[in-house]
Amino acid sequence: MKNLLRRCWLLGLFFLLCSCGPMESNLDSATDAQILHLGNGTEPQGLDPHLATGVPEHNIIAALLEGLVGENPKDLSPAPGAAHSWEISNDLLTYTFHLNPQAKWSNGDPVTADDFVYSWKRLLKPDLAAEYAYQLFVVKNAREFNQGNIQDFNQVGAKALDRLTFEVQLEAPTPYFLSLLSHYSTFPVHRETIEKFGAIDDPGSLWTRAENFVGNGPFILAEWALNRIIRVEKNPHYWDSDTVTLNEIRFYPIDNGVTEERMFRSRTLHITSTVPAEKIEKYRQKSPELLNISPYLGSYFYRFNVNKPPLDDPRVRKALAMSIDRLKIVEAITKGGQIPAYNLTPANTLGYTSESTIVFDVEQAKLLLAEAGYSGGVGFPEINILYNTSEGHRKIAVALQQMWKQALGIDLKLYNQDWKSFLFTVSNMDYEIARGSWIGDYVDPNTFLDMFVSGGGNNQTGFSNAEYDRSIRSAAKTIDMKQRYEYFQRAEKILTDQVPVMPIYTYTKLYLKAPELKGWHNNILDHHPYKYIYLEKTD
Amino acid sequence: MLKFIFFRMLQAIPVLLIVIAVTFILIRQAPGGPFDSEKAVSPYVLEKLNERYHLDDPLYQQFFDYLGNAVTGDFGPSFKYPTRSVSEMIFTGLPITFELAINAMVVALIIGISAGLIAALRPNTAQDYIPMSAAMIGICMPSFLMGPLLVLVFGIWLEWLPVSGWGYSAGDKILPSITLGATYAAYIARLSRGGMLEILSQDFIRTARAKGIPEHIILFKHALRGGLLPVVSFLGPAIAGLLSGSFVVETIFQIPGLGRFYVQAAFNRDYTMIMGTTIFFSVLIILFNLLSDIIAVMLNPRLSYGDKN
Repeated sequence: MKNLLRRCWLLGLFFLLCSCGPMESNLDSATDAQILHLGNGTEPQGLDPHLATGVPEHNIIAALLEGLVGENPKDLSPAPGAAHSWEISNDLLTYTFHLNPQAKWSNGDPVTADDFVYSWKRLLKPDLAAEYAYQLFVVKNAREFNQGNIQDFNQVGAKALDRLTFEVQLEAPTPYFLSLLSHYSTFPVHRETIEKFGAIDDPGSLWTRAENFVGNGPFILAEWALNRIIRVEKNPHYWDSDTVTLNEIRFYPIDNGVTEERMFRSRTLHITSTVPAEKIEKYRQKSPELLNISPYLGSYFYRFNVNKPPLDDPRVRKALAMSIDRLKIVEAITKGGQIPAYNLTPANTLGYTSESTIVFDVEQAKLLLAEAGYSGGVGFPEINILYNTSEGHRKIAVALQQMWKQALGIDLKLYNQDWKSFLFTVSNMDYEIARGSWIGDYVDPNTFLDMFVSGGGNNQTGFSNAEYDRSIRSAAKTIDMKQRYEYFQRAEKILTDQVPVMPIYTYTKLYLKAPELKGWHNNILDHHPYKYIYLEKTD
Repeated sequence: MLKFIFFRMLQAIPVLLIVIAVTFILIRQAPGGPFDSEKAVSPYVLEKLNERYHLDDPLYQQFFDYLGNAVTGDFGPSFKYPTRSVSEMIFTGLPITFELAINAMVVALIIGISAGLIAALRPNTAQDYIPMSAAMIGICMPSFLMGPLLVLVFGIWLEWLPVSGWGYSAGDKILPSITLGATYAAYIARLSRGGMLEILSQDFIRTARAKGIPEHIILFKHALRGGLLPVVSFLGPAIAGLLSGSFVVETIFQIPGLGRFYVQAAFNRDYTMIMGTTIFFSVLIILFNLLSDIIAVMLNPRLSYGDKN
């Protein structure tokens, strides 16, 4: 009896192992077929360019649709997109786009100026409740239309002069306007398709399903299997299809970085969306050629609630911000080549680098704290450091806690909340010190500095400074870049003096990249126009 | 039997109602809402969104509206994925999670019962201790450790099996099924060992042995039926547990099943999705418990439906 059982066992095990010899991986056959396998973070919330809000969504929409202006893959400078050329008036208020007569939708229809009028109207429609509608608020009367104060879209500064000429009028000279046009919220949608599947402002419309989608980008949507894969194939109707080398891109929604890394190691993916922090060092030592680190337009910081004592005293905030060793944090904790940040706006954002910084000076910090009445940390109230639940954030919070204890002799407490609770607590200002971050929407200092104007939705610190608000407003109206940057410098000086926010580091984008992947250039927005990407065998 | 099933179904109604009410109230108590995001949503947009999903109605009205729709099988659209309905998402993920659970169950039964039998044949010898210690380790080892370990050995070092996926390439179902089944295999091994030991010590087995009936007939014909009873009563909750607890394995192996939706929905404050999946899993658990009770009666003539009630 027992022998029989034992035999069955062994036999079963034998069959199990025999059934699985060494496998052929995804990537072995991908190069010949020009199929890119891409780890894409989470399942996209949707593929409607006017409703999407995240990076995974961006990655897919950028393959399916094309805005007026494209991007040079190396430096993000404007390149022909749906428009082959454009003119800008001297006062920088009027942009005239000439659409490419060759530009077509994936069903063969031509892309016209009316398509853009329709699409921008859709983005701004109050009932669509698009979160990114504000991207077009620089367009004349767009904000008014979006908030329902104007009913007639003809009053908005977006018009079709003829079939192929699209004119945009702006509220104020906006040097980053062309950069905004590479954001998916400004991309066109195919009118007939939208109307076939619902009203212009129906967010639940099924037009984005694979069998329905009509786009004007280099690829067409071939398959969308929920939480499994999104597959796009080369679009033969695309005006620049000669440039497109890839035949197919497969996006995998993988929300677990460790799983993604394992898939990369077994050659299932060409590129990952992230690298788990604990793996960075290993790759750096053993296979640095696979590890890709590049600067990214984002800031990691902590907010101070300026309404809560003792943080209502700028000297306290400054003392806290001056006494932490940012270099240590990026070298010992984050390890991904992040750059210590001593002011909010990342250096060299469209040529702007802040002149004022928060210095790392523990002695000075002690003096400031003493001036505020807490000499040696005596009598400093026990306040809390809040972060959203995550191992990476926890390590940084612990480091801050220890650095402050060591440098200033103060004891702060840590607590964490899940993401949605955290957002709720911070937006209700129910915190003292809270983690925060900001990824730039476009390449311009304004995307960072605009955050801290009085009452701004993303301010969330209670900080309000008339001089600061004036500087940001003036910058928005100024044509001369030098003058404009002076306004920003002034604003940034106020931020580093008043310290409602304590910058820690500037983000880097980290991923693992297979050697076959070519034409993928690092840039600060992490945008990678797929038409320039190709796969090539390496030895 | 029909009467038994009918009354059990009746009992299920108040249970479900309580589950729905408690879940509904609890998720609304959690701070943060479905539309909170890192980049603050303007109050104007938020108002429109709340209006669209009727979140501006009084809570009791939302509850009764929800209940009314749910009775007709309409669980509404997901808040997080506005173009998908909750039902669509559940029925996309369900077949996959179900298949995973069944595979894991088969793994668990084969490994568990064989190990339990082997151990029960020679209690308190090495033949007992070794499989039972392995079972103890299986119970203690969480799937988030077991999964990556298996992947490391069979996926990355030996390159025998794919490290992720479900039905995308040959053999990718093996590792997830083993990972998920392992813990349950360990339970089943202990339960079947206990059950078999108890039966094997009973008089009718001694009588059978005295009559000279061959050992394998005694074992498989007479003992197994009674010896596996504890396993059968464990199966109902186990399958429900496998279905609702597949989250970790689905995440490790990148499987597009229901478990991931369930857990992510809570983090996303996707109210409709949380409600839909909770109701769905409650119904499953009730059904599988009922099923395992029925099978238990069929296997054990000493029980009747009246007793089980």
